Amino acid sequence: MIEVKNINKSFGDKQILHDISVDFKQGEINLIIGASGSGKSVLTKCIVGLHEVDNGSIEYDGRDFTKMNFKARKTIRKEIGMLFQGSALFDSLTVEENVKFPLEMYSQKSEEEILDRVNFCLQRVDLVNINHLYPAELSGGMQKRVGIARAIALNPSYLFCDEPNSGLDPRTGIVIDNLIQEITQEYNITTIAVTHDMNSVMETGENINFIFKGKNWWNGNKEDVLKTDNEELNDFVYSSKIMQKFRNL
Amino acid sequence: MMSLGIGSLGLVAIISMFMGAVVTLQTAANLSNPLLPAYLIGYATRESFLLEMAPTVMSLILAGKIGSNIASEIGTMRITEQIDALEIMGINSASYLIFPKIVAALCFIPIIVIYSMCLGILGGFIVAMYSSGMTIEDYITGLRYDFKVFSIIYAMIKTVFFAFVITSVPSYHGYYTRGGALEIGRSSTKSVVYSSIVILIINYVLTQLLLL
Repeated sequence: MIEVKNINKSFGDKQILHDISVDFKQGEINLIIGASGSGKSVLTKCIVGLHEVDNGSIEYDGRDFTKMNFKARKTIRKEIGMLFQGSALFDSLTVEENVKFPLEMYSQKSEEEILDRVNFCLQRVDLVNINHLYPAELSGGMQKRVGIARAIALNPSYLFCDEPNSGLDPRTGIVIDNLIQEITQEYNITTIAVTHDMNSVMETGENINFIFKGKNWWNGNKEDVLKTDNEELNDFVYSSKIMQKFRNL
Repeated sequence: MMSLGIGSLGLVAIISMFMGAVVTLQTAANLSNPLLPAYLIGYATRESFLLEMAPTVMSLILAGKIGSNIASEIGTMRITEQIDALEIMGINSASYLIFPKIVAALCFIPIIVIYSMCLGILGGFIVAMYSSGMTIEDYITGLRYDFKVFSIIYAMIKTVFFAFVITSVPSYHGYYTRGGALEIGRSSTKSVVYSSIVILIINYVLTQLLLL
């Protein structure tokens, strides 16, 4: 479980996050939703330590991340897997080397065991016989899957997904969503996914947090999101004509 | 090491050979006074290559080739979140990406500069072989005339400083790239401009300190 307590974040004079408190539950997909520029990516980057918060605390199973130094944070970072919006695979490495990278950095396994783990992770995301291809030779969906394989290589306790299905067709997007859902339940991971895609929200939203103007405006699940009276959330959810028709049914 | 060094050998070879040939030809063309000995052509080629052409001009060329490569490579890694991915894994991204490049440059660029010195002098030698204005014997006499080992040491001291600049300045610009593809191009250009300026300033300061 990850507990975010009263965090604020500013860049210069501009305050992006305002006193955000939120709990992310273990074994569930916790969604952070919101319009572009609402602060959801900044919130995620603060939680993983890519941005320092101005004040407040972030606790990973009771361990206060904000008070740790670089070395202490390293122990928590070994437990974090992250899938980036653009996959962030290392261009100069093959698929196999990409997945192997965190294992070579942190695991004490032999070369053979590492290779077995790489193959297991790639099979888990339904990718076979692509070990020696480079990221540029893969489709967007395959790159996302390799990103997931790399993220789960070290058996993480926390999985972060930044716009996991952006740039993908709806069908591939749903495949990626389902894959994240399966992995979350299978390994009992605390998963946090940032999205503004309503397909994703309706597919995987177990614990949804709506960020509006840098504030945690609303939270609930995928059933609640369709029935809420919250005006700002309704503007976000029913922004497309299809969703508006769906509401009027 | 491969991209920083081996990949530059062809370019350095072509530039050094032609520069050596041209320096020899121009010196020969300007030494029309019969009172000046012909071996000065070889002497001038050697001195210009050892003291300035190989260490400074080659470093400026490498700042363009290697510097833009480093800045765009690291800049692309920044824009495509690959550096964030390293940070998430608990890796000190600056040290992981930049330090090996600096070490590789410090080891390999002095070798490239020595290689350039040899090829520049060889370029002059080829001109001496086929030119009617001088003889090979005069050229070789000039190469041997008043040779000081300190010239090589001076060139190597300069090269070590330049190698550090060639990798560290572009790494800095690449690492702090923000935005998109346009900014990668800007970082790359800025890195070449700044590293060239820094090389020229260091060249002046070191020459003042070491030669005078």
